Amino acid sequence: MKDVQQKSAFHQPWRRRLPLLPALIFTVLITQIPFIMSIWYSLTDWKIVPPKPRKFIWFENYGRLFKAADKAFRDAAFTTVLMTVSAVLISLVIGTLFAILLDRKFFGQGFVRTLLITPFLLMPVVAALIWKLQMFNSLYGVLNWVLERLGMDPVEFIGKHPTSSIVTVLVWQWTPFMMLIMLAGLQSQPSDVLEAAKVDGATTFGVFRQLTIRHLRRYFELGTLLGTIYIVQAFDHVAVMTGGGPGSTNIPYFVYKRSIGGGWVFGRASAYSIVVVVAALIIANLSLRLVSSLLEGEDVV
Amino acid sequence: MARKGSSVGIGESRSVNAALGALAWVVALLFFFPIFWVVISSFKEELDAVGDPKIFFDPSLDRYREVTESTSGILSFGEAFSNSMFVVLVSTAIVLVMAIPAAYALAIRPVKKWRDVLLFFISTKFLPMVASILPLYILAKQFDLLGTRTVLVILYTAMNLPLAVWMLRSFFQEVPQELIEAAEIDGAGLRGQLASVILPIAAPGIAATALLCMIFAWNEFFFALQLNSAGSQTVPIWVTTNISEKDNFLAKLSAASVLASFPVVIAGWVAQKRMIRGLAMGAIK
Repeated sequence: MKDVQQKSAFHQPWRRRLPLLPALIFTVLITQIPFIMSIWYSLTDWKIVPPKPRKFIWFENYGRLFKAADKAFRDAAFTTVLMTVSAVLISLVIGTLFAILLDRKFFGQGFVRTLLITPFLLMPVVAALIWKLQMFNSLYGVLNWVLERLGMDPVEFIGKHPTSSIVTVLVWQWTPFMMLIMLAGLQSQPSDVLEAAKVDGATTFGVFRQLTIRHLRRYFELGTLLGTIYIVQAFDHVAVMTGGGPGSTNIPYFVYKRSIGGGWVFGRASAYSIVVVVAALIIANLSLRLVSSLLEGEDVV
Repeated sequence: MARKGSSVGIGESRSVNAALGALAWVVALLFFFPIFWVVISSFKEELDAVGDPKIFFDPSLDRYREVTESTSGILSFGEAFSNSMFVVLVSTAIVLVMAIPAAYALAIRPVKKWRDVLLFFISTKFLPMVASILPLYILAKQFDLLGTRTVLVILYTAMNLPLAVWMLRSFFQEVPQELIEAAEIDGAGLRGQLASVILPIAAPGIAATALLCMIFAWNEFFFALQLNSAGSQTVPIWVTTNISEKDNFLAKLSAASVLASFPVVIAGWVAQKRMIRGLAMGAIK
């Protein structure tokens, strides 16, 4: 009897864990093995030009990285933060406004929603090319054509404002995603509560401020979290639109350029990526804690 | 219960509502304009595409013919399309096969420390993909996977798995425990519970999850460029092959962009309502 109990006590947790294991093992292997390899590379002076045997140099790469001389890295970090924060916030605000506009019955509602979500479905490469060549272009771009008709001087959007141009395209692509999330939020409001507030004489604006905003908090958090995860990694837009041109190099592009993107200083590039990974994990943990309300649920043991 | 476009929003009166509806139309048309413009350009002659913006011209399908023509030695549209289809469908299928049981173990019969496990999954999404490109390149070379579809299947699976686990967990939490317990009493194991209770109820959520995975995989450019330039190239790479240094290429590039975006855009249009529902469930729990 005792034997049986022990056996089932031993088996029970494993039977629970079993369904989790394929996904967990796969993710650990694919994400952690490259990480460990990067740590090893970062402690060497490995580079392709001039070719010479890899030498173990301890933390020399990291020392260089934190020296004041490495302004380029700090600039890229600053650009990344600027790009991510502005793109996420702006697309969240516009997406919310779009969602409010759509959350009512009007002629062609479904069609309007369809138009609005489309930019999110486009390939980032395609979106970046459309904007670069057909909207922003200073010779035959639509925007400058409009400016000209309005009697204004043409603007070299990408040349003069590379970071804002990239943010514009990021916002254009991510606004629909935010809109979908906020629309989901608006449509999941309990209508009986809203009716009750109405009966109690609340104004429309009052209802919105008191009830809707509070209800939407989780959706804001979800949008911010998912948006940040993807936008902080933006590579395609930078590569296609500016090639990292004046001030628009973000961290992903910066590391790429020093690694297999032409720099070939693998040792140092790996040190950069380790620093970036550690920073990303710190930011991830902080922000996940902030949005921890998304992780509520009973603890069934 | 969920409501749809009720009158209890901002602006209750009829005229305000009509004005806001009109505003929505204007905003949407402006927002959509760049896409409209590309579609228009794809029917133009090359010279018309680079001059002053023109709305009236002789539309032709020649650009589509040109970009889909296959020249030997150069990546053809058909090849890129079938490579992309293969990579997207296989990776999404593998993602679901792994994520559904994992979500079960995180939501329905949660393991101890399920919160930590979930945080681990999500935190891997914060790892910059570019930071791991060098070791991945070297591993791919070691295993002779450079330029194969396999390497992209593996990486896209890894890229989408955390998101899928995260979303599916929220959907599975919506499934009433009593139903699962009833199935369990009837003797259903994990597979039986999934098939008879969980999957039918969570179907919209699973569809939304699969769709997002497919969008991200179809559109992925960085890994495809770095690890597959040798062969088995996918559609995003094919799009960029239509850029030319010498000639005007805008109309051709537009046609290529339209073709490349078509499948995902159509899928997204068809499934938009489902996606909204899916995301709503994803945020509630």
